[in-house]
Amino acid sequence: MAYTERNDGRKPDELRPIEAKAGVIKRADGSGWFKIGNTEAYAAVYGPREMFPRFRQNPEKGVLRCHYTMMPFSSAGDRVRPGPSRRSKEIALVTEKALLPVINLGDFSNAVVDVFIELPQTDAGTRCAGICAASIALADAGIPMTDLVCAVSAGRVDDMILLDLNYIEDSHENGVDTPMAMLHNTKQVSLLQMDGEISLDQLKQATELAKKACDEIYEVQKAALKKKFEVTENA
Amino acid sequence: MHEDLKNGILSLLSKGTRRDGRKPDQYRAVSVEYGVSKNAEGSARVKIGDTEVMAGVKMEVMKPYPDTPDAGSMMFNVELTPMSSPEFETGPPSIDAIEFARITDRGIRESKALDTKKLCIESGEKMWMVVVDICTLNDDGNLFDAIALAALAAMKDAVYPGYDGEVIDYKKKTDQKLPLSKTPVTVTVFKYGNHLLVDPTPDEMKVYDARLTVSVLDNGNICSMQKGGDSPITHEDLFKMIQMAIDRSQDLRKHL
Repeated sequence: MAYTERNDGRKPDELRPIEAKAGVIKRADGSGWFKIGNTEAYAAVYGPREMFPRFRQNPEKGVLRCHYTMMPFSSAGDRVRPGPSRRSKEIALVTEKALLPVINLGDFSNAVVDVFIELPQTDAGTRCAGICAASIALADAGIPMTDLVCAVSAGRVDDMILLDLNYIEDSHENGVDTPMAMLHNTKQVSLLQMDGEISLDQLKQATELAKKACDEIYEVQKAALKKKFEVTENA
Repeated sequence: MHEDLKNGILSLLSKGTRRDGRKPDQYRAVSVEYGVSKNAEGSARVKIGDTEVMAGVKMEVMKPYPDTPDAGSMMFNVELTPMSSPEFETGPPSIDAIEFARITDRGIRESKALDTKKLCIESGEKMWMVVVDICTLNDDGNLFDAIALAALAAMKDAVYPGYDGEVIDYKKKTDQKLPLSKTPVTVTVFKYGNHLLVDPTPDEMKVYDARLTVSVLDNGNICSMQKGGDSPITHEDLFKMIQMAIDRSQDLRKHL
């Protein structure tokens, strides 16, 4: 039976409900929370602070270092064993590359900006949710930035081109998932991964969906940041 | 190293108060929220002031341990996430994380709150393993009590997943709760000079002389303890600390 209607009733180009907050972790220098459907990500930023181990220090500019962790109880299947895995390390790497283009660490020689992403609940799209949360957290921390990064996945299940695949769609046997991150202003792509077979025409449609969704996500991120720094008249 | 800090805390305590204006035996606002992570069999978020932790229960079917063929088992793990404090690092569990996990483990295991016999599916062949993971979101002091409370709350929230005798169906949630009969609540009392307090802030955590973690049962009996800190304590202090823990445990239990 071909996939012609989404299992959660969404339109093909419809995002799951999104919520975001800034400043949710008081101990951190900056933090963000991003929820899309049942996928939920926290991100905390510490730094710029001195880089250890010291051989990783760069005297020319600060270094961005990302970490990605699924909480052990966050997955729909078995418990996720704590500790780094090949998957989590790769996601941390591509997250770093996704965020790097918008931040300017030129003034922070020998320093590191650490971004910690933690997921308490997952339903596909975790790396994108993590990037959206991290983007809010970096801005909240006051790291010099030229833009926010928005991330979402798009893809195909059977013949349907879909935005923001949930877990059931992501794990469909005839499906393609393409997580993408874009710099909001220029729509340049800073994260792109894909697995599965897709025609060029279909890929074009999918990227168009992601591009449009990027604006929607940006507004939610911006609103979260504005809310944190809002000045009320009575204050 | 923190002599000024300690002197400040001591002089306030001698006037019966603290830097944030609380009384020595007073907790910050406590809240417990259930069902905060949909994929876990049970979950809870605990806040004590700005300290925030999340706990989740996952259940697995395993072969029983050879020495207890008719009983299920439980496991507690604490993740001091580097997200929650600039002092926590990535990598294998620190000694602090291990102590938190073991204190939490003993508080619940030794209370016999969980009827492990009922977790046995088939003698010597299959049992339920209840795995409780506690992750810190923000460390603003007193993780001891927050972690133990969150672990118990997540267990209270937990229901068995679907199981057909062979495969666990995590998507299907039954309405059967864990066989939990008691509510052991953990309170840690900290000692500074001749003064005692509960629920320390990060500053207060830096300079205590000794601490005592006590798990208290509904009937006022205690079921586990752990002494920490560099200084020894007198027998008299010991019982004062236990009494303070018993008194405060009644307030904490109300939040469950």
